[in-house]
Amino acid sequence: MKKNWLIWAPLALFAFLGGIFLYGLVEPKDEYVRSNLVGRPLPEFALPAATEGVQGLSNTDFADGKPRMLNIFASWCLPCKAEAPFLEQIKEAGVEIHAIAIRDKPEDVAAFLAEHGNPFVRIGADMDMLIQLKLGSSGVPETYLIDGKGRIIHQHIGDIRAEHVEPLIAKLKEAK
Amino acid sequence: MKRFVIACALAFSIVPAAAQEGLPPPLANQQLADPAQEARALELMQRLRCIQCQGQSIHDSDAPIAAAMRHEVRERIKAGQSEAEIESWLIERYGDWISFAPPASGSGLILWLLPILVLGGALLVARGRFRKREA
Repeated sequence: MKKNWLIWAPLALFAFLGGIFLYGLVEPKDEYVRSNLVGRPLPEFALPAATEGVQGLSNTDFADGKPRMLNIFASWCLPCKAEAPFLEQIKEAGVEIHAIAIRDKPEDVAAFLAEHGNPFVRIGADMDMLIQLKLGSSGVPETYLIDGKGRIIHQHIGDIRAEHVEPLIAKLKEAK
Repeated sequence: MKRFVIACALAFSIVPAAAQEGLPPPLANQQLADPAQEARALELMQRLRCIQCQGQSIHDSDAPIAAAMRHEVRERIKAGQSEAEIESWLIERYGDWISFAPPASGSGLILWLLPILVLGGALLVARGRFRKREA
């Protein structure tokens, strides 16, 4: 009779699996793929201007002692339109924002900026997403915080909403 | 109201992938000239996970980011890099998640060891049962 406890093993296993299923049901799945580059220097890149009248963007535009934001957007991306007013707020708070436009035509970028405003200092064009890949970014919009030494200190995935504005500015100020 | 309806229609309208701007990078859908290199690239592309459509490999996926990843793989194979080098370049950016084969270390080790443990346990139980019958 010493092995009687084994009889409970299937029930315990069942309860364990049930617990896992229940957890999966209650806890929504996090489908974001985060960049592994947070805490590391911005990879090297040099992008041409995304449209007329703006300047292109390279990694050397960052490491000059001033923390900045790097916004990854596209004119064809709806949440990018939604976050435009909040980028404007961040700019008004004195933050310099550079941007990369993903798979975009110059005329579409121009139309996007005309309609939603242009909070960006420089806008590089990443036509084939190869630089996005280099950054470990997985979609649009995404925003990186870059410290004065050109290191990535934070990655914000998805559109910036009202509640994100203050924390992002605070994080960037800390980075100085 | 009319504006709202139009906005909704726009928001939920389906845009075909081709309507999004830009051509994929050249090596995304073009095989390498050297068949041996192409075979290596293909094998690796089947093992790498697409970031956008997460259940698919970059070989199977039509997503633009998968095209960029295929280009990157072929370009690096062409330049003489090994599969392991390319894989670690991607893992450096996206984490272990990017590979369909979890690493046999850390929590990934559980995945590799579990089948062996379960099989071992089952054999032990089975042995005990057979012995009882014989007795």
